[in-house]
Amino acid sequence: MGMAVKEKMAKRAAEEINNGDIVNLGFGIPQKAIQYIPEGKTVFFHAENGVLGAGQSPEKGKEDENLVDAGCVPITAVPGASYFDSANSFAIVRSGKLDITIMGGLEVSEKGDLANWIVPGAIVPGMGGAMDLAKKTKKVIIIMTHTDKKGNPKIKKECSLPLTAPNCVSLIITDLAVISVEKKGLVLKEIFDTTTVEEVKEKTAADLIIEEPVKVISYE
Amino acid sequence: MQIENQFGKIKTVSEAMEYVKDGMTLMIAGFGGVGSSCTLINEIIKKNVKDLTVISIDAGDPDVGPDHIIQNLQVKKLITSHIGATPTTGKLMNEGKLEVEFSPQGTLSERIRAGGVGLGGILTDVGVNTLVEEGKQKIEVGGTTYLLETPLRADVAILYAKKADAFGNLVYDKTARGLNPLMAMAAEVSIVDAEEIVPIGAIDPEDVITPGAFVDIIVHGGGKFKWGWQ
Repeated sequence: MGMAVKEKMAKRAAEEINNGDIVNLGFGIPQKAIQYIPEGKTVFFHAENGVLGAGQSPEKGKEDENLVDAGCVPITAVPGASYFDSANSFAIVRSGKLDITIMGGLEVSEKGDLANWIVPGAIVPGMGGAMDLAKKTKKVIIIMTHTDKKGNPKIKKECSLPLTAPNCVSLIITDLAVISVEKKGLVLKEIFDTTTVEEVKEKTAADLIIEEPVKVISYE
Repeated sequence: MQIENQFGKIKTVSEAMEYVKDGMTLMIAGFGGVGSSCTLINEIIKKNVKDLTVISIDAGDPDVGPDHIIQNLQVKKLITSHIGATPTTGKLMNEGKLEVEFSPQGTLSERIRAGGVGLGGILTDVGVNTLVEEGKQKIEVGGTTYLLETPLRADVAILYAKKADAFGNLVYDKTARGLNPLMAMAAEVSIVDAEEIVPIGAIDPEDVITPGAFVDIIVHGGGKFKWGWQ
């Protein structure tokens, strides 16, 4: 059996992370990327609740109630880690020191506008740190399903949901494809081996620039 | 060991609770309850003060942090960045029983800091061209458009610290810091629930995160939350 699709997306996102990067991971699938950082790469994970150098989960029974990630799940701290208050945490974000943010998305527009914090009248969780992170991180990577539960495209000419930040997304990784947001438009870079370029085009409600040959990703 | 209380700041929990009153603005420190004072939150529920305006980074987790006070219908307005980890707040908001003002997390932190350090507001471009800009003044500086975000202050702030000396110099514990140092600065009365209270001189000045000038009351609560992961 092949790798689960969530794992594939996380693994592909992890390939974007370079040695020495400072990275913030959102809840859910983005957090899985931590497992796919190749050995030998040193990466410092920023958790907005106040740690730079967040490490793997502790062994069961060794949790420290005062050492958690932004999802309030117990973590460890790597050598060289630091703790700070919320103002300094977002000082790191706003000053542009964060190299990569990987987060989920509800919609991305062809200009790289991101909507992921509110579905008016239905889901109103609040933006948390998403607006700061989306607006100010050097490279914003969105991991999301290509279409919503009803099959509607989530990559669109314009977002219909309220924005988290305009013109902020660099790369979109979906269960079907990898699409980069560039000045000339959305460029289809790669597809997973479970789909075709035609299917990706059909499920995208914006123009896709296709530069042949499109790389096919096969993970064992 | 009896600790000398030179500044009169070390008090009992019930003495501290005399400062918590109906209709006041209350800052509740912590992130998902980590760094919140379990004891003081429980005492506020017991006292059942009403019509609070609460400022907190999030609504907490179920039964942890601000969530408990919100569940008990003591809050009329919540100023926060996130309510998604607990169902109660969203439900009350949708029923019209609780007003919620959302601020992006970094902006919320700086608004509290501004309130604490005597500034008239902050300029940030986070939230420009989103719902967050509604009703806010825009100011252009150096070719960038910023939102004027107003400072936040409270009548009382409650926060957890790992250690306090008798003057109120504070040391926190790992990620149980969050908004705590900022809220300590931004309230008329800051109440610290310290895990350990030590004599003056027992904390190396280099290790102090919050100078005691910002701390009014020190208690030892000793309460512990039950965490979702436990």
